[in-house]
Amino acid sequence: MTTNVSEQFHAVGEDIHDTKAPAGPIERRWDERKFSTNLVNPANRRKLSVIVVGTGLAGASAAATLGEAGYHVKSFCYQDSPRRAHSIAAQGGINAAKNYRNDGDSIYRLFYDTVKGGDFRARESNVYRLAQVSVNIIDQCVAQGVPFAREYGGLLDNRSFGGVQVSRTFYARGQTGQQLLIGAYQALERQIAAGTVEMNTRHEMLELIMIDGKARGIIVRDMVSGEIETHTADAVVLATGGYGNVFFLSTNAMGCNVTATWRAHRKGAYFANPCYTQIHPTCIPVSGDYQSKLTLMSESLRNDGRIWVPKKAGDDRAPSDIPEDERDYYLERIYPAFGNLVPRDIASRAAKYQCDAGKGVGPGGLGVYLDFADAIARLGRHEVEAKYGNLFDMYAQITGENPYEQPMRIYPAVHYTMGGLWVDYDLQSNLEGLFVAGEANFSEHGANRLGASALMQGLADGYFVLPYTIANYLADGPYEKIDDSHPEVVAARTAVEERIEKFLSINGTRTVDSFHKELGQIMWDYCGMERTEEGLIKAISMIRDLKADFWSNVKVTGVNEELNQTLERAGRVADFFELGELMCIDALNRRESCGGHFRAESQTEDGEALRHDDEFAYVSAWEFGDEQPTLRKEPLEYEYVEMKSRSYK
Amino acid sequence: MAVSGLIMVGYLILHMYGNLRAFEGPDAFDEYAHHLRTFGEPMLPHEGLLWFVRVVLLAAVLVHAYAAITLWRRNKKAAGYVGGKRYQTKQNRTGIQRSYASFTMRWGGVTIALFIVFHILNLTTNDIHPGGASDSPYLKLHHSFEHFWVLAAYTVAMLAVGFHLWHGFWSAFTTLGQNYSAKRRDSFWNSAAILVSVVITAGFLAPPFAIYFFGLGG
Amino acid sequence: MNITVRVWRQKNADDKGRMVTYGVENVSEHMSFLEMLDVLNEQLTLSGDDPIAFDHDCREGICGMCGVVINGIAHGPEVTTTCQLHMRSFEDGAVIDVEPWRAGAFPVVKDLVVDRSAFDRIIQAGGYISAPTGSAPDAHAVPVPKDDADHAFDAATCIGCGACVAACPNGSAMLFTSAKITHLGLLPQGQPERESRVIGMVEQHDHEGFGGCTNIGECTSACPKGIPLDTIAQLNRDLLGALAHGKA
Repeated sequence: MTTNVSEQFHAVGEDIHDTKAPAGPIERRWDERKFSTNLVNPANRRKLSVIVVGTGLAGASAAATLGEAGYHVKSFCYQDSPRRAHSIAAQGGINAAKNYRNDGDSIYRLFYDTVKGGDFRARESNVYRLAQVSVNIIDQCVAQGVPFAREYGGLLDNRSFGGVQVSRTFYARGQTGQQLLIGAYQALERQIAAGTVEMNTRHEMLELIMIDGKARGIIVRDMVSGEIETHTADAVVLATGGYGNVFFLSTNAMGCNVTATWRAHRKGAYFANPCYTQIHPTCIPVSGDYQSKLTLMSESLRNDGRIWVPKKAGDDRAPSDIPEDERDYYLERIYPAFGNLVPRDIASRAAKYQCDAGKGVGPGGLGVYLDFADAIARLGRHEVEAKYGNLFDMYAQITGENPYEQPMRIYPAVHYTMGGLWVDYDLQSNLEGLFVAGEANFSEHGANRLGASALMQGLADGYFVLPYTIANYLADGPYEKIDDSHPEVVAARTAVEERIEKFLSINGTRTVDSFHKELGQIMWDYCGMERTEEGLIKAISMIRDLKADFWSNVKVTGVNEELNQTLERAGRVADFFELGELMCIDALNRRESCGGHFRAESQTEDGEALRHDDEFAYVSAWEFGDEQPTLRKEPLEYEYVEMKSRSYK
Repeated sequence: MAVSGLIMVGYLILHMYGNLRAFEGPDAFDEYAHHLRTFGEPMLPHEGLLWFVRVVLLAAVLVHAYAAITLWRRNKKAAGYVGGKRYQTKQNRTGIQRSYASFTMRWGGVTIALFIVFHILNLTTNDIHPGGASDSPYLKLHHSFEHFWVLAAYTVAMLAVGFHLWHGFWSAFTTLGQNYSAKRRDSFWNSAAILVSVVITAGFLAPPFAIYFFGLGG
Repeated sequence: MNITVRVWRQKNADDKGRMVTYGVENVSEHMSFLEMLDVLNEQLTLSGDDPIAFDHDCREGICGMCGVVINGIAHGPEVTTTCQLHMRSFEDGAVIDVEPWRAGAFPVVKDLVVDRSAFDRIIQAGGYISAPTGSAPDAHAVPVPKDDADHAFDAATCIGCGACVAACPNGSAMLFTSAKITHLGLLPQGQPERESRVIGMVEQHDHEGFGGCTNIGECTSACPKGIPLDTIAQLNRDLLGALAHGKA
């Protein structure tokens, strides 16, 4: 692996060296940064405006906090209410280095675990700050009335999550994301009532307005009337989530899309590490080609369930008819030390290999058994029910099968995307005035995100980081007022209108969803759990062909001037094609395996992921080009945590 | 709605108590009726208490009716009817768990109001006097309930009262904040409402039935 | 299985709207109800018809975006959200009536999509705790009895879908409003604004054109999250208390 075949698909630009993180001891950097920021006089804040797109944990908390500070905030979401953003679906919990359990946790340990968990592909400075502000998040949420789980003494309960050895995860039953989002939503609604935040629901951002090198506004479509609106401001925040829906089937909400960040990327913002995709091993498998989304079940199920497939390929007997000696408990066999508890990516990949070998179970052979028969025999049904009752109920609700009587079927599903728009220490993209928060940016998780860290990052960005760093940027404002007739505004608007007209005029023979499903299948097959050079090259060409077909053969019914859900989807899928291609190029360039990116060519003799720190210890920041993208590398240096490789055998 | 309703429930219980004294015979009943008029004399004027009760009751009835009509109009608008119906489907018209009583609150209330008019004309003013007018409350009662149609009207009205209370009594206490159960059927006040409605219905129906079928005390 | 659906079609808020019948063939019992509508919409699109508009997002029962009245029952025959309802709950050959939430305060936007922004405005009227970012004391500064935290959580699980309003014969949003009042009112952090909250939210509730509660209980029975009915009594207690203190 010395020649880089990916370079036929992209150019290479200059490295990025300045991420704007202050120098000095890591624990002082955030304080330094806060102290060095320019402040804005409270009386002037009203004259400064900020657009925040997205109302998930990052967007809602940022909009509410900026509104409280006195800025004029315009918030946008595509749902009918800001409370519905997909942060709401997070189940497990939120990490914070409170050390309430006195079990040796600390900011430093949370920092260390996150850098290591990210497989040494995240920035130390950013991660340290995340660990620092994690403690403030819990305080903030409790003050807002988030009903975290408590113990009998009235204090907050904690649990250990995602394989870490300390109990630092705060939770609200299985609905932590919902409760945290409702807290941020209520703070946001309070500001809407106070008049500091202007809320625009059922509005979708379709273009970024760049003027004199600065992000100055967005073009949105009112999804009810179809009206194309221009909104300008002194700064723009994108908190629009991840792009897992490029796979069509994922645990994301149906509406999750890459359009906002992709439009910004096309306007010059770097897209970093697009190939890092987290695939979760314990999801409910696909039941047919009508499947619209996948549902995740907590991986705590693997604590007591045993994973197996029939030894014989194509064995279609009922699980109860397959005798013990004809079953392959493959995780226990291959990884005797960790067994069924191997990390997410290993468990996911192992399931894929079994199904590829024809041993998969259930419809389409895409599933493996997760069997609780032994656990029920050992612990009794009652105890299994007490531990996993709600998950079993959820499984039964969706599949119509009784997991107490027959094994569950599980299969991996795309869950989270670590990549996103490139940002510096201030969460500002390479475009001045464009800030990116939450899953939409690439920053804190490196190549792999730890459990209960997504909620932490979203709220850290929105409540505690952006309000400082944006203020620093706004201190130079207000910037020149932008008129709707400004040539850049008109150009952005016209581009949006022409694109919509184009969708509506193609009038082809295939539906948007059929294209999306086919794209998703290509991505899953070639840029999913295991990637190869050959497969990625093939995928790039398949995506290009499919994209060409889409632009000549898609059928979008109706008109723009109405609620038109087909038109909405068409725009999103069109951007997914371009993103999908970039993901493949990024995966092709990264000839190593790390975190959520596994290249079959780069593995140890035991089939473990093999990093190449000498060559790939960098962030891949991609610059858009009409012909081909340009790769800019941001080298990663580790001063505090020593780079190591992991082993689970 | 809740407070005015509960005032009327209180009155009904006292009224029922009085009615049941009919079982003690004509003298006891008439004595009780007379006593109601002289109650508190000479501190109160003749029929003082009675008029006081009448005024309170009338106010409760008016408040109750006004609130009911206001609520009715507001809720009809709130339910978002399309062409006279809310949902076009013919399925599950009775909802998921609604009691029959909750459906009949409005027309049941109207039925009861009409009955009260008849009841006052019949047994208080005695303008309607099937079987002959009389000054004796006991005889008024007796003469009326010897007629099947009076009994029938009275029975229909008392069943309406029963249903009205079954939902109304529970609802009043919930409106006053007195329900601590996740589901209605588990609530103390739901059980209490059933008890109150059964007792009041049975209590009011006992004398007329006794009169019609057994002649009660001649 | 093959089924027939009768769906409320309404081009926009001004259109009168009507029920339209469609046949859907080869429906799998494992499909979710919304996936069945997806399949129908693919058919409609290919034949050049306008697909049926319906709200949906997470499709795992938590975002509260989906919700239609199926055979007269909000979210259909199972106590869950529409996205978590599966076709195995219906019989082969069934005729299924699908209508939008009906309420004066939830005007129809298109087909099965309604405008639920009234809920957001009720929250704006007091459904929060004023805790500006950065002002919070340590999370352990105020212990909360476990029972209170658990009950607050039960009320806080409301997903704001609006099924309670669609199910309530009076078009009342009392369960939605009371869930928030109970959630925040049970926590020590929620006490300072407790009285102004209930007054503000109930006023806004009425102002939005929701009906008055007559304690029928259809709301709780339709609620996919099982918000308990006693939250309404809790709201009434708080309201009476606030009125007694002259807070109106």
